[in-house]
Amino acid sequence: MKPSPVTYHAPATVAEAVGLLAEHGDDAKVLGGGQSLLPLMNLRLAAPARLVDVTRIDGLGAIERRDGAFELGAAVRQAQAEDDAALAAACPLLAAALPHIAHREIRNAGTVCGSLAHGDAAAELPAVALALDAELVVHGPRGVRTVAADGFFRSFLETALEPDELLAVVRLPVAPPGSGAAFHELARRAGDFAIAGVGAQLTMRDGTVTEARVACIGVGAAPVRARAAEQALAGGRADERTIAQAARAAAAELEPSEDLHASAAFRRHAAETLMRRALHEAAARAESNGREAS
Amino acid sequence: MSELIGRSVPRVEDERLLRGEGAYVDDLHPSGCSEAAFLRSPQAHARIVSIDVEEARSAPGVIAVLTGADLAGELEPMVFQIARVVPETVRASTGAVSRVHPMPAIPADRATYVGQPLAVVVAESRYLAEDALELIELELEPLPAVVDPEAALEPGAPLVEPEWEDNLALEYRYRRGDVDAAFEQAAVVVEEVFHSHRHVASPIETRGVVATVDPLDGTLAVSASTQTPHQLRDFLAGALRRAPETLRVRAPDVGGGFGPKGAIYPEDLVIPYLATRVGRPVKWIEDRSEHFAATTHGREQVHRIALAADADGRILAVRDSIVHNCGAYHTLGLVVPYNTLTHLIGPYDVPAVDVRLRAAITNTGVVAPYRGAGRPEAVFAMERAVTRLARAVGIDAAELRARNLIAPEAMPYATGMIYRDGTEQVYDSGDYPKLLARARALVEEEPWAERAAGRRVGVGYAAYVEGTGVGPFESAALTVLGGGRVRVATGASSQGQSHRTTLAQIAADALGVPFERIEVVGGDTAAIAAGFGTIASRSLVVAGNAVAKAAAELRAAVLDAAGSLLGAPPESLTLADGTIRPLDGDGPELPLADLAGALSPFNPRRPAGAPTELHAKAIFNPGPVTYAAGVHAAVVAVDPATGAVEILRYAVSHDCGRPVNPAIAEGQVLGGVMQGIGGALYEELVYDPDGQLRTGSFMDYLLPTAGEMPEIRLVHVDCPTPLNPLGVKGLGEGGAIGPPAAIANAVEDALADLGVVVRACPLTPDRVRALIRAGGGDGGATAGAGATEVAA
Ligand SMILES: Cc1cc2nc3c(=O)[nH]c(=O)nc-3n(C[C@H](O)[C@H](O)[C@H](O)COP(=O)(O)OP(=O)(O)OC[C@H]3O[C@@H](n4cnc5c(N)ncnc54)[C@H](O)[C@@H]3O)c2cc1C
Repeated sequence: MKPSPVTYHAPATVAEAVGLLAEHGDDAKVLGGGQSLLPLMNLRLAAPARLVDVTRIDGLGAIERRDGAFELGAAVRQAQAEDDAALAAACPLLAAALPHIAHREIRNAGTVCGSLAHGDAAAELPAVALALDAELVVHGPRGVRTVAADGFFRSFLETALEPDELLAVVRLPVAPPGSGAAFHELARRAGDFAIAGVGAQLTMRDGTVTEARVACIGVGAAPVRARAAEQALAGGRADERTIAQAARAAAAELEPSEDLHASAAFRRHAAETLMRRALHEAAARAESNGREAS
Repeated sequence: MSELIGRSVPRVEDERLLRGEGAYVDDLHPSGCSEAAFLRSPQAHARIVSIDVEEARSAPGVIAVLTGADLAGELEPMVFQIARVVPETVRASTGAVSRVHPMPAIPADRATYVGQPLAVVVAESRYLAEDALELIELELEPLPAVVDPEAALEPGAPLVEPEWEDNLALEYRYRRGDVDAAFEQAAVVVEEVFHSHRHVASPIETRGVVATVDPLDGTLAVSASTQTPHQLRDFLAGALRRAPETLRVRAPDVGGGFGPKGAIYPEDLVIPYLATRVGRPVKWIEDRSEHFAATTHGREQVHRIALAADADGRILAVRDSIVHNCGAYHTLGLVVPYNTLTHLIGPYDVPAVDVRLRAAITNTGVVAPYRGAGRPEAVFAMERAVTRLARAVGIDAAELRARNLIAPEAMPYATGMIYRDGTEQVYDSGDYPKLLARARALVEEEPWAERAAGRRVGVGYAAYVEGTGVGPFESAALTVLGGGRVRVATGASSQGQSHRTTLAQIAADALGVPFERIEVVGGDTAAIAAGFGTIASRSLVVAGNAVAKAAAELRAAVLDAAGSLLGAPPESLTLADGTIRPLDGDGPELPLADLAGALSPFNPRRPAGAPTELHAKAIFNPGPVTYAAGVHAAVVAVDPATGAVEILRYAVSHDCGRPVNPAIAEGQVLGGVMQGIGGALYEELVYDPDGQLRTGSFMDYLLPTAGEMPEIRLVHVDCPTPLNPLGVKGLGEGGAIGPPAAIANAVEDALADLGVVVRACPLTPDRVRALIRAGGGDGGATAGAGATEVAA
């Protein structure tokens, strides 16, 4: 359980980092908090010859509000995001999701962007980005591009990032007033990757759902946006029946796979149950936030 | 004189360990040390066609690369004496036949399980050794593998050992009473199949060995993370054809053992051998991936069990047909499979018994003792069956148990069986009804609020006995040091059980010397010549009584020497608080420090003929084992929609005889319970049908952590044993014996109306849901609040 020989780089600027990635191509890998990459290297399942640490780049460690969105740079740790009260108020789904990630010790090191770049189908943050229609700002030798979360997460540990690109910033839209969110998941132990999980953010006005954002984890090769549930909810009331219908409709579209921890059928069933619970809770929070706002 | 025994003296081990000052094998850095890494079989069963190590040999920093072919003439296949021992009385009562399957240090021709060492690289560092491993070209020709023990016993199954005609390694059958008649007359019969699944012990410190040849005298010094340093020394002496005196084996600080470190492994042999061969110290530290595949596993039995009872639930007969999985090698003989027999009936008075066991070798890692060693498997089958019986009879599960327990007046109680050591099995002492009543009180004292809130709550019990303090012997040597301190050397080394505290308590009381002046050393063949080791819930019983015995002798020697110095008859003196005084209080006092000083050869006025040192040693041979016992009770809430199980409370009432240090006893029980909870809900070592290990890391093999620890309540029902002078029983394993059965019983209780029958653990959400579906109910998939599911 010792990694292969590797050279460590700690560039100070994005340009320098991109330069290193361009120069070394497939031999190099971006290093965030190392909480996923280093275990893979120790098992020699990954053997990059060079690591380009992006957590020391000036300016990528900030959480900033800009134009109706919060921007989180590649050096922002998950714990740092968890502790940011303004961010939590503006992005309740992110706030609901973060405590489910592993344990505090791991969140102290793991980065928000690292989790998105890693793209684990059972990870919470990709689902948050997907549900919120986040934007990902990607730098590479061919310039800067902004990628929508929808389409970014492709398959098992596969994203729209090229090997020589780095995810510099993620932009998470601020929730409209009267929003509430919940993240429910079923894990074998607290802090484990979810067997299945559901994040939901509902916006309500006068008892009616004006916007529904729902995504599932652990039930496919990538996080899944539960569009069927969103459609079933939008414009109506978040009552028992509608929520049950929404969850059923969304679950029917899932194509989970089987592994050691759960069968495909169980995952679908769990996702439906969790979605019902998450929607109830998000709706209750949205209503209470709506009352407070008015 | 007993001032310290029975008190929760703080552990003397803690300060060093909590400061991070412990010295484990990997903290030892002999100068010039090289490091080894092993190439391990990627296949469960394969013929070794070729292993090309040329490129690896010339890789940077590589000192040596050896394969099984290189070692063939050097290292004999490994067999342990214990595997050959079937006491005549055991053979007579059960017809037990055991066939040894020796384990090659490194095989030259065939790989028989995933993770088996096939080659070893010695290099300047572990990194370089692992780099070189990648350069070895291994060509294997796959052979059919067999993984499931029942399948292994089918005719025509692939042979794990081609020289055998089948895979049967051990077989016995025990019968007493008229079982057939009992089943015919029974008002109620229950019959079920119960599986105990495979575990891996996962001590926080994995195994490790470092070996150095002393340039001065050629002594081979081996430090290993082992439970049994003396046995390792004796084994190495035989295997390396050296006199035992030319070997020194030490177990430094050891971070948990739980059984597997009581076995001897290929690496324990290969690393010392390499040190003599390459002329450099060699170290190998097992990494976690190796631990999963190549350290011995625990459990894995299938029980087809049937109980016959009368209409009141009195058990008339037990019939059980057991298949045990040995893994690839059968090296430990009766130990685990025979423990299962002698603990199956447990605390119950059952007139007729018929138990048959067959053990198979398979293409999987070796199964050996793991905390409980055959007992949790027995208890899972029996206590699940007893619970099924209660349901069939229609009475409360605790009540049914109460009706069948052996009464305290029946002690000593002969079961009719022969124990593994060849002696008659006799429960020496215990109050089982009281154990049950106390456990019951801990879970029935309050109505469960969760039940009122509409959650599905269930209660489950598990009762067991545990033979503890098995022989053959343990040794102790006590020496008075300068300053009146006393050194206690024990043959039983510690892996966290607190020997340095409890043995010091015993010595302090027996000697009359303050606790602070006693220092305990263990785990070093140079500190004491003979020893057996810390295994099988035996140390307090066997090592503890050895210390008490040697201490009594030392005390007598001290009083003798003091008597001649003071000109008083020894009988007129006493030693208390580290000072020798006349019993009648009239006359001079002599601190032990002064006595030691007076006897010193440096003292020109030494009395002629006085001993130059105050020293005593003793061997304690324990005779038959003493029976600890316990009743566990679990209260769980099950979320039928997600299958999640939450333990609301866990209660243990147990009997460990006379507790020497109650806080340490509780720590042992709690640790055991957590490992048992692991098996009940989280841990499972899984092979696929081809023998590939599917749980090769902590991503997939889940240990319970602090977050999974429920409220655990504990009561002692202490029944000191008459079998040893201290009155103590062992308790290292007891905590781990009950939980799988108690929790499975509780989960079944919570889901009883849905027709659920729990036949195996761990009870994962997926499995619980599957049980509900199999029971025919959907269990209210639309039920309300979640159980363990966390919402944010
Ligand atoms: C015990 C344990 C439990 C865990 N449980 C969970 C859990 O429940 N839920 C969960 O979501 N996660 C979990 N994780 C993973 C954790 O959240 C990781 O921190 C996260 O997945 C990756 O973030 P990182 O910053 O550590 O990235 P790294 O490990 O450094 O990198 C991961 C991958 O992303 C790439 N990468 C990283 N940053 C960038 C970037 N800015 N641009 C481009 N590529 C980049 C790397 O090259 C690498 O391929 C767990 C980890 C551990 C060790």
